[in-house]
Amino acid sequence: MVGLVPTIPVFLFHVQVVDARHRAEHDAAEIRTETMLEIRNLVVKIADEDKQIINGLNLTVNDGEVAAIMGPNGSGKSTLSYVIAGKEDYEVLDGEILLNGENVLEMEADARAAAGIFLAFQYPLEIPGVATMTFLKAAMNAQRKARGEAELLTPDFIKRVNSAADALSIDKAMLRRPLNVGFSGGEKKRMEILQMALLSPSMCILDETDSGLDIDALRIVAEGVNALRDKSRGFLVITHYQRLLEHIVPDTVHVMSKGRIVKTGGKELALELEKSGYAAYAEAA
Amino acid sequence: MAIVTPLKTAAEQALSQQFANVKAELPGTLPVRKLREDAFAGFEAKGLPHRRLESWRYTDLRGLLREAKPLATAASVTPAITARLAALPFDGVRLVLVDGAFRPELSTLEGLPDGVSVQPLTEALVSTREDLARILSGPSIADSDTGLMLNTALMRDGVFVEITEGTELAAPIAIVSLVSGEEETAIFHRSVVLAAKGVKATIVEVSESAGPKASQINGAIVFETGDESDVQHLRLVTRQVPETVQVQSLLATVGAHAKFESFALVCKAATLRQQYFVKYAGEHSEIGLRGVNLLGGAEHSDVTLVMDHAVPHGVSRELFKNIIGGEATGVFQGKVIVRPHAQKTDGGMKSNTLLLNDGASMFNKPELEIFADDVVCGHGATVAQMDGEQLFYLMARGLPQPQAEALVLQAFAGEAVEFVADEDLRAFVMAEIRAWLSQREASSVVSTV
Repeated sequence: MVGLVPTIPVFLFHVQVVDARHRAEHDAAEIRTETMLEIRNLVVKIADEDKQIINGLNLTVNDGEVAAIMGPNGSGKSTLSYVIAGKEDYEVLDGEILLNGENVLEMEADARAAAGIFLAFQYPLEIPGVATMTFLKAAMNAQRKARGEAELLTPDFIKRVNSAADALSIDKAMLRRPLNVGFSGGEKKRMEILQMALLSPSMCILDETDSGLDIDALRIVAEGVNALRDKSRGFLVITHYQRLLEHIVPDTVHVMSKGRIVKTGGKELALELEKSGYAAYAEAA
Repeated sequence: MAIVTPLKTAAEQALSQQFANVKAELPGTLPVRKLREDAFAGFEAKGLPHRRLESWRYTDLRGLLREAKPLATAASVTPAITARLAALPFDGVRLVLVDGAFRPELSTLEGLPDGVSVQPLTEALVSTREDLARILSGPSIADSDTGLMLNTALMRDGVFVEITEGTELAAPIAIVSLVSGEEETAIFHRSVVLAAKGVKATIVEVSESAGPKASQINGAIVFETGDESDVQHLRLVTRQVPETVQVQSLLATVGAHAKFESFALVCKAATLRQQYFVKYAGEHSEIGLRGVNLLGGAEHSDVTLVMDHAVPHGVSRELFKNIIGGEATGVFQGKVIVRPHAQKTDGGMKSNTLLLNDGASMFNKPELEIFADDVVCGHGATVAQMDGEQLFYLMARGLPQPQAEALVLQAFAGEAVEFVADEDLRAFVMAEIRAWLSQREASSVVSTV
């Protein structure tokens, strides 16, 4: 954990750079909001099918807030995370997704990443032949380039990776292997959090990060996430189970069903769900 | 009685006329002249290879050669040729052919390493060595190929390299064949590399065009490698003029306990047919044929190989990686023959293709002819599109789409490039691949799954 602390001032710097752009556009007209992510009346269907997944969803995540989304299988949680990150398999029929007040829906996935959105995948992809270090450097520098920053020098890059890897108990040998190829479920999830730490996004979305993790791996991953909690960063934690939320304690809990948020409450709502199940909310939707 | 004469195309008629005109002046002793005459008779009987011939099914040379270009004559060294030679990075021995003719003044002949001798093919063909016709002919599996017959009949020049027993070369020998491209010409060249017992050597073969006019190129290289030798061959076919039609044959006879590895990078190669005829002359040898084909536009690349396991205990590996965009066509035909006594043969053949868009095509035809009963032989061919999930993952980390694609494609090609043993050459090949990927425009639309 100690290794992550020195990188936090850098996060702030990135966020300021991104914000500077919005300020130039919006300041004259309006006061900047405290809202990190705002989703208004989002309606989404699968691009090639006539199947609507998100049905008028509204959601707000404020700066520094950790919001959890819980819900049964098929309620649209993963779809929501993909749509925020910019996956092309979906068609947005209505609504807006605002990051720091700016609509991201017209942006490609890479531009959204550079603007500060990070999706920790439920199933991180294996990329054969691409060494993890090569990928990390390419990703960090691509984002820096998009923000008009200078590329990282190799010694600086290696220092950052090593310190972040230590904090997550990631073996250095793993960093030389092709990205995620042959990694265990736990290793893949730790690699996601490593990327999150290195890319220092302002809005982190964790899609079922607890799936496939044993208790020790869950603890390491949760500690990694907790170390990144910051007043300038929002989190959206998607999960089926309350278990993850014991480790990453949310400020807000939303219940999602049939493509909408059907109830919002504090962290106690997660415990309540654990007892009563989702059945009542399925009807509410 | 009706006499059936096969209808000859204009190009076939022109080739017959050309051969009649030049055969007296083409270099060669009596046995070489006989070799030429026999080869041309074989060609005349069959004509240019066409799609009804199984081994030429996907590259219809008869259709591609509407006319036979005039045979190349002595070309002047243009500034473009000088510039290309200056840009090539290979240190060590450099042997330069311009329009198929050996150019000593452009080559490095002084300070040849000990154990290496180089002769222009024109000289070798008139030498008195008795085994010349045998060496030139290569393995018998090549005998019936009409593309090679034309080369045998009309080969004008090339280089004849001999490396004596036990010689270990520190730097590669580069045979650089440049087309001047000032006129449309037909070029027939052949080179020979004889590597005696225990030789360790790397041979680089470059085929490029320096000028704007398209050519018809028919090149061949013959390897004969001795026992316990280790010969690495790297072929680079790049920077061709779009209408160029090229056939490159590789003939190799490999001794016992030897290694022979060939790797070919094909990019911006217009229409190209590479054919390999490789034979095991001794037991316990390892042969690898690999390559990367980067195709776009209307390009066409055909890799056709015949691997002849004539003796037991041979190990063969083939791996070709094809990245195909535009309206381009890739072809892989691999035939592995395991003769009745070639027990304990271990063969593995793979062709992997990524099609970048709808217009691109790939034809795969693996053939195993196994007459021995204690062998391990396998083949696999894949044709796929880029994985959209992978690309989204990379883009979600901030990589713009062209860069994400390039990373995936480079890794795909890299699986074959890693077999290039020489580190500098491997880096050079990867740099050529990266350059192709970065040019392959961002604007091009890639379809994914």
